[in-house]
Amino acid sequence: MSTTALPAAAARDKRISWSWLGVLPFIAFTVLFLLLPAANLIVGAFQDASGAFTLKNIVNLGQPTIVRSYMLSLQISAASAAAGVFLGFLLALAVIHGMLPRWVRPTLMTFSGVASQFAGVPLAFAFLATLGRTGLVTAILMTLFDFNIYRAGFNLLSFLGLTLTYLYFQIPLMVLVITPALDGLKREWREAASTLGATGSQYWRMVALPILWPPMLGAFLLLFANAFGAIATAYALTGSSFNLITILLYAQIRGDALHDPNLGYALALGMILITGVSNGAYIWLASRSARWIR
Amino acid sequence: MKQSRIIPWIGFGLGALYFLIPLIATFEFSMRMERGTYSFKAYRIVFADPGFQSSFAYSAVIAVLTIIVGVALVVPTAYLVQLKLPRLRPVVEFLTLLPLVIPAIVIVFGYLRMYNSSSILPLTGSARGTDLLLIFAYVMLSLPYMYRSVDTALRTIDIRTLTEAAQSLGSSWPRIMLQVILPNVRVGVLSGAFLTFAIVIGEFTMASLLNRPAFGPYMQLIGANRAYEPAALAIIAFAVTWACMGLIQLVANLSPGSKR
Repeated sequence: MSTTALPAAAARDKRISWSWLGVLPFIAFTVLFLLLPAANLIVGAFQDASGAFTLKNIVNLGQPTIVRSYMLSLQISAASAAAGVFLGFLLALAVIHGMLPRWVRPTLMTFSGVASQFAGVPLAFAFLATLGRTGLVTAILMTLFDFNIYRAGFNLLSFLGLTLTYLYFQIPLMVLVITPALDGLKREWREAASTLGATGSQYWRMVALPILWPPMLGAFLLLFANAFGAIATAYALTGSSFNLITILLYAQIRGDALHDPNLGYALALGMILITGVSNGAYIWLASRSARWIR
Repeated sequence: MKQSRIIPWIGFGLGALYFLIPLIATFEFSMRMERGTYSFKAYRIVFADPGFQSSFAYSAVIAVLTIIVGVALVVPTAYLVQLKLPRLRPVVEFLTLLPLVIPAIVIVFGYLRMYNSSSILPLTGSARGTDLLLIFAYVMLSLPYMYRSVDTALRTIDIRTLTEAAQSLGSSWPRIMLQVILPNVRVGVLSGAFLTFAIVIGEFTMASLLNRPAFGPYMQLIGANRAYEPAALAIIAFAVTWACMGLIQLVANLSPGSKR
């Protein structure tokens, strides 16, 4: 491998061991502040208060409150990821293949970079000022169309409201993730398809989507995990009234809301499994689609 | 194939509306504090609040320390993996992706269980110790972004030649790192640094659970108790994020490598 003159074996051994010493801080750091803390929780999930092995915590995850929280989190994550993938894809498609002026694309990309990071507490404030009871859009709809969205059944502190809020960082994330894949769709493929007499819809069904589905599915999984681990936006928006699994875990960490510390560890284990499977599948799909998109 | 431009324009327009309206609404709301007129009163109150000043300063200091620790950890590792230990690459890349896999709230839960005051390493036993733990937590949180930017920057330069040249001139390892490698990957380091700053400055979950007086928990507290100040805070936070991203673009455009 090395292009330099062959060093003596002993010297090479010594150099290799020095290199190992150089990455040691990084390895030690990740072990101490990532792997061990996670492992610690996983072990705790299988222990009772005295430290003996038990499966009781896992069984207790079946409590109605906990199941409801998991379901709510799964549904919000799936809904915001599905809508984010769909809308983000259309937006990216319009900008990349829509033959719009040149300035549009860098503008969208820069903005997506900002908006995908603009999550958390400030995002909740922004949506309260927009669609809250005294928000600007609520007020405009009321004065212009005499339409009260709250009387019509809308509530920002609800499933729909939270999904709408999450889309503010989900759509930009989708745009950032799917852009390389859309860039990979070669113009020649489209021209070749139309030369062979394919219609627009045939091109999409038989050429573009078969190539795009792995990155699209991968993006869905990434967005799903992104929403699943989020807490700050929901917490600032709804307080602790909206029982997402992250908010339940937050209450558990703060004040043992479940009155059983080990059950809290089981709760965390469930979350690691869900985001782990979701992200693992994403990484697998991303490495698969990398073959086509260069 | 003929393509109409109207539909893409409509799509882009709708997207722009969805993203701009909340910003306009937030800005409008933040100006409404004084009845019947627009004013910057909410901003004046926020900036004059000692709680704002101290929590923002605290988070800024923590962010800078996070960047320093992160760079010191990532640059030598990415360098050695690329130059000497390519076999380690899959392992290191997997480790740098893990913080995206394990939710932040779970990581900090693990810290509280492992480093509490009755453990071997009782970091949460003192305020300084907890600050240190928070910095480490943020280094973890920003690891995927920092590693990616530095690794990409390292790929664009010939580190083998640079290293051999420095060695043949008699440089020591610390000197190669600080005076040869680091200046050559400054673009990657700086974009990683600004992204880290944007993530850390308003982070809520970890700071709140570790009970540190950071900007994220402060914003949450104001949000629960005030009407107009939260909107002003949201605009300020957005401006900070925007500034960080703008600096990343600026650095990337100013770099000598970008003109190739």
